[in-house]
Amino acid sequence: MKQFFLIATIISLLTVVLYGIKKGVFRSDADGMVDIRMPEVVDYNFHIKPILSDNCYTCHGPDANKRKAGLRLDLQEVAFAELPETPGQYAIVAGKPHKSAIFERITSDDPATVMPPPDSKRSLKPYEKELIKKWISQGGKFQKHWAFQVPKKSELPLVTDTAWAQNEIDLFVLHKLEEHNLTPSRRASKEALARRLSLDLTGLPPGPLQLQKWGADLGAVPLDSIIEDLLAAPAYGERMTQSWLDVARYADSHGYQDDSYRTMWPWRDWVIHAFNENLPYDEFLTWQLAGDLLPDATKEQVLATGFNRNHPITQEGGVIQEEYRTTYVTDRTNTLGKGILGITLECARCHDHKYDAISQKEYYQMFSFFNQVDEKGLQMDAVQAANQKFYADPPYMTITEAETRSVLSFVNLEKGKELNVMVMNDSAPRPTFLLNRGNYDEPADTVRAGTPSKIFPFAEDLPRNRLGLAQWVTSKENPLTARVFVNKVWGMLFGRGLVETAEDFGVQGSLPTHPELLDWLAADFMEHGWDIKYLLTKIVHSATYQQRSELSPALNKADPENIYLARAPRFRMSGEMIRDYVLATSGLLNREIGGPSVKPYQPPGLWEETNAGGNRGILTTYVPDVGDKLYRRSLYTFWKRTLPPASMTIFDAPTRDFCEVRRQKTNTPLQALALQNDVQMLEAARVLAQSTVAAIPDTASGVGEIFRRILVRQPGGDELRVLEEYYMDTQDHFRKDTEAAEKLLAVGDFKGADTDPSKTAALMLTAQVIYNLDETITKE
Amino acid sequence: MEAEQPQGENPLKVNRRHFFSQMSVGIGSLALGSLLIPDLFKGSSPEIADQVLGIPHFAPKAKRVIYLFQAGAPSQLETFDYKPTLLKRMGEDLPESIRNGQRLTGMTSEQESFPLMPSASKFNQHGNSGAWVSELFPHTAKIADELCIIRSMHTEAINHDPAITFFQTGSQISGRPSMGSWMSYGLGSENKNLPSFVVLTSRGKGNSQGLYSKLWSSGFLDSKHQGVLLRSGKDPVLYLNDPEGISRSDKRHLLDHVSSLNKIHHIETGDDEIESRIAQYEMAYRMQMSVPDVMDISKEPEDIIKLYGEDCQVPGTYAANALQARRLAENGVRFIQLYHQGWDQHGNLPNEMAGQAMDVDQASAALVMDLKQRGMLEDTLVIWGGEFGRTNYCQGKFDPKNFGRDHHPRAFSIWMAGGGIKNGITYGETDEFGYNIIKNPVHINDFHATLLHTMGLDHEKLVYKYQGRRFRLTDVAGNIVKDLLA
Repeated sequence: MKQFFLIATIISLLTVVLYGIKKGVFRSDADGMVDIRMPEVVDYNFHIKPILSDNCYTCHGPDANKRKAGLRLDLQEVAFAELPETPGQYAIVAGKPHKSAIFERITSDDPATVMPPPDSKRSLKPYEKELIKKWISQGGKFQKHWAFQVPKKSELPLVTDTAWAQNEIDLFVLHKLEEHNLTPSRRASKEALARRLSLDLTGLPPGPLQLQKWGADLGAVPLDSIIEDLLAAPAYGERMTQSWLDVARYADSHGYQDDSYRTMWPWRDWVIHAFNENLPYDEFLTWQLAGDLLPDATKEQVLATGFNRNHPITQEGGVIQEEYRTTYVTDRTNTLGKGILGITLECARCHDHKYDAISQKEYYQMFSFFNQVDEKGLQMDAVQAANQKFYADPPYMTITEAETRSVLSFVNLEKGKELNVMVMNDSAPRPTFLLNRGNYDEPADTVRAGTPSKIFPFAEDLPRNRLGLAQWVTSKENPLTARVFVNKVWGMLFGRGLVETAEDFGVQGSLPTHPELLDWLAADFMEHGWDIKYLLTKIVHSATYQQRSELSPALNKADPENIYLARAPRFRMSGEMIRDYVLATSGLLNREIGGPSVKPYQPPGLWEETNAGGNRGILTTYVPDVGDKLYRRSLYTFWKRTLPPASMTIFDAPTRDFCEVRRQKTNTPLQALALQNDVQMLEAARVLAQSTVAAIPDTASGVGEIFRRILVRQPGGDELRVLEEYYMDTQDHFRKDTEAAEKLLAVGDFKGADTDPSKTAALMLTAQVIYNLDETITKE
Repeated sequence: MEAEQPQGENPLKVNRRHFFSQMSVGIGSLALGSLLIPDLFKGSSPEIADQVLGIPHFAPKAKRVIYLFQAGAPSQLETFDYKPTLLKRMGEDLPESIRNGQRLTGMTSEQESFPLMPSASKFNQHGNSGAWVSELFPHTAKIADELCIIRSMHTEAINHDPAITFFQTGSQISGRPSMGSWMSYGLGSENKNLPSFVVLTSRGKGNSQGLYSKLWSSGFLDSKHQGVLLRSGKDPVLYLNDPEGISRSDKRHLLDHVSSLNKIHHIETGDDEIESRIAQYEMAYRMQMSVPDVMDISKEPEDIIKLYGEDCQVPGTYAANALQARRLAENGVRFIQLYHQGWDQHGNLPNEMAGQAMDVDQASAALVMDLKQRGMLEDTLVIWGGEFGRTNYCQGKFDPKNFGRDHHPRAFSIWMAGGGIKNGITYGETDEFGYNIIKNPVHINDFHATLLHTMGLDHEKLVYKYQGRRFRLTDVAGNIVKDLLA
């Protein structure tokens, strides 16, 4: 009997073990790659190039100076040619991996011959070696880099579930989902959609007035009209501008040393205007890159070129002007690369690009377009600049009050004032040299203005100036511009672009998760005249966008990062959006558009502690504004580059020292502290409580009311119970300690309604509980 | 002195053993560490998976760094680089053969002559090592045998902004992570209630240059590695204090309700990010207790106050920050960065240098001695120095009583003490003019490589892939200066 049990146990154990092996239970992480299916047809761009680029290009890529053994693996003709240093051998022999030197080398056990060499600290995974083998077996075909091919609309994919799709976007998404055995989520509730749409299109939650207009029963309002309303709101332009300010590295200060004041804000007002007028994206770019060179350029078009003067400008004494002038031109070149073309041009500043087919010469050809500006660099230090009110380095344009009543009506200039804004010109033609190692004092050959030929050739009939450049950038033949922008907009709405590395569409960047969709959207965008509102409308009308954002455990396991979009994303809002959200829901928001930047609350002493001592310039001490300037939208918050607003940087805002196209979305204790204790947040909770107590003396419904105000939905039963219980407890506490209540209610400048202190303080803290919820600061 | 690491043994094995055996609170804090630093086990991108973040590459000598940055660039000729020739040849023009094409800033490039100016202070030799130290630094002189003085630092930039940015981030151009951020990224945090990288600032009376938050920025690394500015006022960390009328128990009560509602929403949405938010709120709550606790020096005994000088009781002074630095070090902060402004002596140097030295001399030396008496100097690396050197010739009117020195990138002096660095040595040498390095140059990249090495990090392995490129603190250069390692 005992024996029987023993045998039975052994058999059942074996069964379990075998089952486990089959299911992969005993697989270690190291060979986790086995889970990846070997593709039927190996694609050069999607499977092979990323491996070669990341592991081999450093020595066998586009950089001529670092190339070893004369071999380059980024060009088919060289990879297939006889190896210059080992006659009779070939790096790749189509169809024959075992005759191909690269396969021999990557599979070698000998440290002396294995590739990549051990000292490179890189190595190929077994799966990658298999891929290369299969690719060579299949002929080892090269293709042009995917992002350098003009985007075209491919045929719409066929899907099994034909009922779900609302437009073309959904067919592409559903096709991928079905491939991965995933199903889309249900449609989000109308309330959730109204909040999501409002945040995405205006950066603000739907306000009470808006909700009133849409009616008590949101369900009865067609989504179309909600979307139309939002896109027509002036807040739409502000929302779009907010994200463009990072690309344009916009700031209100020069950014070095004493970091003096500059007046670039009229350029920011123009951006808002341009978005609200729905200026087509190709023109939006052309004006910013070359508005001054357009025939009969208007003042507005010249103002737009402020884009390329937003870079930091040094005011440090004793600098070598040419060193910094070179830095500014470099910055403009890099900004075009990163912000508009999605290419890391700057890698080619000091040497040929190691990964992308951009030579150092081509870098300086691009540089040349921005090198003709009649700029002097440092004109005066911060003290002189302050004394003489010199807030714009030449070249600049002057905006008069008269103009703000006509051609520049969108510039929110104070009555009786005029001011200067830095803009571009080409008034200082100078030759451009290739700069060895990127050093201003090591000029080599002269170069002619031009663009990287591998992206797309510069047409012979285009002028070789910024206008020609703008035409090249916005040509429908340019493979990058539309893709990059469409991807940026997608990233704004979904939290991550179809190409995750929104700043890098080169060979080292991420591959698109939905390449056909990206191309379809880019082609469609261009077909529709680069119409930004059209693009947004298209996306938000998709079933993909309108899904619920909840994750089921199964979905969380199958696609934790939501790459395939079987649900809508949930992600934390930006610092600006959070602050605006709190101002809007509390009723404090001042909706004035444009004008000089404002100084809301900031913890005292920040500027003072880090300045150079004394009174060097006008940005050494922070004097907060008073009155309704404290409640402007956050894109108007004064941006001192050397010490940007803490309430924004804590939430991952960049410094604006250079172009940035996407922000991180971290989750930190400092954020928790800011949300709890920033005067701006506390005051909003207080004012909301005061107005609610004044309007609804019945406290229990007051709790429900502020919940609806802040979260734009009905509270659940449990939620309401938790909050009401908290409210009652807290009210009891403050009844016993009205002094504490009064102290608490003293926060912030705004004079609110005069209400019962203990009631109000309790409701204020209840509002604070809600303002500190994950849901409140999350777009879902 | 610790023994050399045995040859042949896998350095990582040693390190893991150390790591686990030296953890004060055991394995639990490892889990906590991963909560605080989520990318500890995730990696920034798949290809970095072979690099285990949060654990050094090999056994470290130093566990933490206190960097006493002297912003504005103190003159090497009035601190540690003794050049009697300058006195002998006082007033003579700097020989062209010595300047040898060095580019000058716009502040002196127009000068008709470059008259050599001797040191404004006398020098003496100190300690068993016989290190030369200027009379302006009597307390530092007393601890000469604890110091490793490097007289052969050199850099590329000639202006403050790019030079200080270079020193802090390894690049003259803004946007790269600061040293402290790299350490935080590579090694994680030792204290669950405090940030791993903190910054303290103070200002002397000398000519100052502003500071910029980009100097402690995490660049493209996750922003949790950003330096947290600890301020001297009542709100040492931004937004740390609860508003008036709110007690600790009120706050607890409030947070409990925030948590309850967040938990309900977590169930509804299934999004684990909410759990992480709850954890961050808890850490914030703990920081509200732990930070003021660390900052409170009222329990420091009289002899410690004496050691650092009376100034250490005045919040915001260099001395107070130095004492604070020790307390932060004791509490497991990985990288403590002090900035003291006021070292930009283009004029009035004799006067201003004396004042600046008074501000920092005693407290800097006190910090080293204090760490030593607590047994912490062994694994704490203290560094003192600025962003470049100053010219051996006079800027402005030639007047030995009142002159200035311009920026000089080719040679300057710093000192290090403790954690893995040899003590009682003076390293590197400049020519008799104090202008060019003639022996053992140490470039900023080399300095960074060495610094990372003492912390158990291989500067070529500590990489972060961003925009398709692998970035390092040392960019594409840097050699460990082995002569400096203990």
